[in-house]
Amino acid sequence: MSRAAFGDSARILQQARIAGPMPWVIAIMIALTVMAASAGLALKNVADNARDEISGGITVQIVEGAPAERDRQAERAVSYFSNRDDVASVRRVPDDELAELLEPWLGEMGASEEDGVPIPALVDVRLSGPVTSARLSEMRSELLAQAPAARLDAQASWLGPVFDAIRSLQFLAIGLIVLLTLTSAAAVWLAARSALGSNRDTIEVIHHLGGSDGQIAGIFQRSVAWDAALGGAAGLLLGLAAVFVLGQQFAGLGSGLVAGGGLGPVDWIIIGAIPVIGIVLAVITARFTVIAALRRML
Amino acid sequence: MAGSDSSIVQFANVGLRYGTDREVLSDISFTLYPGSFYFLTGASGAGKTSMLKLLYLAQRPSRGMISMFGEDVITLPRKALPDVRRRIGVVFQDFRLVPHLSAFDNVALPLRITGMSESQIQKPVADMLEWVGLEHRMEARPETLSGGEQQRVAIARAVIARPEVLVADEPTGNVDPEMAVKLLRLFEALNRLGTTVVVATHDVHLLRKVPDSLIMRLDKGRLSDPTGALKYPPKREGNGR
Repeated sequence: MSRAAFGDSARILQQARIAGPMPWVIAIMIALTVMAASAGLALKNVADNARDEISGGITVQIVEGAPAERDRQAERAVSYFSNRDDVASVRRVPDDELAELLEPWLGEMGASEEDGVPIPALVDVRLSGPVTSARLSEMRSELLAQAPAARLDAQASWLGPVFDAIRSLQFLAIGLIVLLTLTSAAAVWLAARSALGSNRDTIEVIHHLGGSDGQIAGIFQRSVAWDAALGGAAGLLLGLAAVFVLGQQFAGLGSGLVAGGGLGPVDWIIIGAIPVIGIVLAVITARFTVIAALRRML
Repeated sequence: MAGSDSSIVQFANVGLRYGTDREVLSDISFTLYPGSFYFLTGASGAGKTSMLKLLYLAQRPSRGMISMFGEDVITLPRKALPDVRRRIGVVFQDFRLVPHLSAFDNVALPLRITGMSESQIQKPVADMLEWVGLEHRMEARPETLSGGEQQRVAIARAVIARPEVLVADEPTGNVDPEMAVKLLRLFEALNRLGTTVVVATHDVHLLRKVPDSLIMRLDKGRLSDPTGALKYPPKREGNGR
């Protein structure tokens, strides 16, 4: 003879189990939230890594048609930056490396410039701090006095639109997470109301026997927590599988920018917390739904 | 309004209407005393069930004052109502057993609600089921029980927590005359233990089975007092009056 305590929801209100599609709905919501959160966190890491990498970067182009003069001005530019205290590193990009970089757009450039398009000399400079517009214009005016064909550009300004796009995608991910959270809460609310309706007679009996609102809500909370735990675990697995497959595909691109989008330990903790947060949210939603419905009874 | 020292329930000028319809109960005033046995009679539709709903706190009156156990239950905070309800046993007309629970678990429900441990529950529930003659049907679910058996489980559930007031709505309506008398004897036994019993019935034959009972009659939502139960406190040994 099994003897259940009042707190055992399966014995007191067996029908209160929000079975059927509810765990699957929660699983899908959690899987989508895991994917959106992973994308948002990866984009944040991409942006942070790229920003760190290029925040102090300046590119100097020596746009001069005559190769000898171009080399001379490039050497002056290297010398100018080497003598500054606020420069961490300076390097002239070798012609071979430039040719390799431009090959996808301009094709094979040949052994000498006479065979192809004149290419500006490039000097890659890393400042010890971020590039401000004041520092950039000061360096520009000083360098032009020594190398009139020099053009200075902060690398961050080239990638500004990229960062804006990444930020927009991050907001999109946050928006998706908020919408999924609201949809999950609404689904739990509907399910709890439906379960309340189908168990109304039993709830009334427990109510008349002296069961408190908290006791009755507790029965539903436990049922919802169980369903949310099942759905959350399934959703986490689904979401992680999708993240793993997408991660493999992006890793295959071999792009420097995308390579900075890996997820760190803190990111994984956040992703792992999503089903837990989902369970807590579902339980709170169920409690408020049931308490609100019970308040309409005497 | 606080109840008088010896009263257990007091109604004063109570009226009840559902929505905007006319009142189904009007100007109901009476006092119930501890250890008394009351019959509430009246034709179908007279308002018996509505009055019982007020008695077991399933309904708030539209007007008037209700005091139970010395507390004004109209103004009592919601969170205090479960404690009052636990002092009232209810036998519903349609039994209202929880369908997926066994007879044992249905009877144990009021004790579990109060937070009693499983070890404390076992014996009293088994004894109670034996008392109503269902010791061999403890594990049976309601759908496998006959009408009379379900009725006895409902009564056992209503009295297991030793309520101070027992409210029964047509408790013999679904059983044969022999079983009706048996159930009535159960109520009398409980009444002898000090519980105030209120039985709603339209069966006039039943009233004669309990000679010492007091009768309240409802007619079109108004209360009359053929035995003087409402005007004169009952005189019974052991009820403190």
